[in-house]
Amino acid sequence: MDLSSINPILLLASLMVAATPILLAALGELVSERAGVLNLGVEGMMITGAICGFAIAVETGSPVVGFAAAAAGGALLSLLFALLTQLALANQVASGLALTLFGLGLSALLGQSYVGIRPPATAKLDIPLLGDIPVLGPVLFSHDWMVYFGLALTLAVWAALKYSRAGLILRAVGENHDAAHALGYNVVGVRILAILFGGACAGLGGAYLSLVRVPQWTEGMTAGAGWIALALVVFASWKAGRVLLGAYLFGGVTVLQLNLQAAGVDIPVEYLSMSPYLITILVLVILSADRSRAPGSLGRIFHASR
Amino acid sequence: MLRLDRRPQPSRLWTLLTPPLAVLVTMIVGGALFAALGKDPVVAIETIFWEPLFGEFAFYYRPQLLVKAAPLILIAIGLSLGFRAGIWNIGAEGQYIIGALCGAGVALAAYPSESWLIFPGMVLAGALGGWAWAMIPAVLKVRFGTNEILVSLMLVYVAEQLLASMALGPMRNPEGMGFPGSRNLQQYAPAHNAELIAGTGMHWGVAAALIAVIFSYVLLNRHILGYHIRLTGEAPRAARFAGVRPGRLILFCLGASGALAGLAGMFEVAGPAGQVTIDFNVGYGFTAIIVAFLGRLHPVGILLAGLLLALTYIGGELAQSNMQLPAAAVQLFQGMLLFFLLAVDVLVHFRLRWRRAEAA
Repeated sequence: MDLSSINPILLLASLMVAATPILLAALGELVSERAGVLNLGVEGMMITGAICGFAIAVETGSPVVGFAAAAAGGALLSLLFALLTQLALANQVASGLALTLFGLGLSALLGQSYVGIRPPATAKLDIPLLGDIPVLGPVLFSHDWMVYFGLALTLAVWAALKYSRAGLILRAVGENHDAAHALGYNVVGVRILAILFGGACAGLGGAYLSLVRVPQWTEGMTAGAGWIALALVVFASWKAGRVLLGAYLFGGVTVLQLNLQAAGVDIPVEYLSMSPYLITILVLVILSADRSRAPGSLGRIFHASR
Repeated sequence: MLRLDRRPQPSRLWTLLTPPLAVLVTMIVGGALFAALGKDPVVAIETIFWEPLFGEFAFYYRPQLLVKAAPLILIAIGLSLGFRAGIWNIGAEGQYIIGALCGAGVALAAYPSESWLIFPGMVLAGALGGWAWAMIPAVLKVRFGTNEILVSLMLVYVAEQLLASMALGPMRNPEGMGFPGSRNLQQYAPAHNAELIAGTGMHWGVAAALIAVIFSYVLLNRHILGYHIRLTGEAPRAARFAGVRPGRLILFCLGASGALAGLAGMFEVAGPAGQVTIDFNVGYGFTAIIVAFLGRLHPVGILLAGLLLALTYIGGELAQSNMQLPAAAVQLFQGMLLFFLLAVDVLVHFRLRWRRAEAA
């Protein structure tokens, strides 16, 4: 065992990379849950985004186009969920599970001919002066642009929910859909848009896995990241800022256990690989005492009787 | 424009009609998908749904139907109890793995004893293992209000890692020349879950699945506990006034589904699979969710749905070898089934009405 082989600066730097996929997916889910929609299909949308982004990036040679395609793919899949739950008024839990099972199958089918290929590299955003600062430079300022996109999106979601009129309407729909309907807001419309946003974000998160973090396509490669993102929203008590905090925490755990594996710690690899899931459960237990912050209409079906 | 009017009562007719309708729609859309993959859709559908039952080699595939359906039905029966009460155990895959590990653990610890007690002991260990694994989300939900969906699912990944470490470590066959995987229980008679009647595919797991169907039918229709489960799902407020204790219901539903999933895993590892390997689990725990919904959460429905999904597994393998249809296409097909079922389910609770648009 050689713990000194773990470089704390590299560890912190890769923490931001490890956190980005779940951060993106969790932000999308946060928005749809604030609109009162519980979409358990994050895992399915993520993996669909992962293969859409990967395939398009390989075909076009441009990661940017790939990420755009991933967002489109995730949103398209979430549209199915929107049709089921908002128009056909199906149970949200069951529909979300269906979406995950469907997405896993779809991605496996789409990805058959992309196994073992390397995707084009996503550009690093080497910020000239800031990147040269001794410790902070490599940790904060020398990542690919998606990491900063994730941070910007966190800020945007936070500000939009807190300060914009659209955010207020979205929260009203999520807290009490009957009251929002009585005020004349289009509950179904708002929710469909929120679901699509959630799908696009999950797609981006998935593509980040296949294009940057791994970077390769393998079947079932999200390995529960979508579910961790769902847990993250509960952890964050439906607040954007705390989603960021939680994502970094989980990113940190993931990176640390990978580093410990590489350093050859005396714990079997399988037990280290369990740790992110176990810590998710632990955090859920600690935080679930306070459920008062969940949106009032979360998971409930809206049907205007008149 | 088209409008939905809520029915005063769920339609009995549509409750029965929607599952076959969903299967039909899935066949049509699935056929289109196969056509898009460059395969003849009619031949593909025929290969999946007809060949295993009535084709040339049906004598080989028919027993397989029971072998594949047994774990699906066992798990789905357990899941349906919770789903009816709004308790979502979606970690059956993990409970299935733990049941298999516990069952196999008993057999491997007893090796090479010839005692007849080994198999009953394995059954007990399998059920207890699955039960214990499901008790984790159950107790956390009752005690701390933790979301059982997320916890039970996280435990699937933990169980998969545990399976890998067992197959590579403590349970590895000492005479296996270093290959991962345990001793083959099929070659260890007291632990082998053999066919009860040769050539039928009927093993103890199939018997257990049939018993579970009967028990669950009696429970739901003739027992106060089953009544409480249905009441909690259909009218939670009324259930609270009727004095239903939600904590006990959660413990019972999750525990029962865990024990049944554990049994399914144990019967599988002792019979058709034979040994503990890294890729022992093949997703029955997730497919069982589709089975439970397609069977309308009703024991008899689940029996039929389990057989149908087993057919897609076997027919899918057949289409893979005969027509080079990718394995993922069948997985997608199963996912679509649940999708279309949920979509056409709107007809059960709502009436479609054509109405002129008016100002609300």
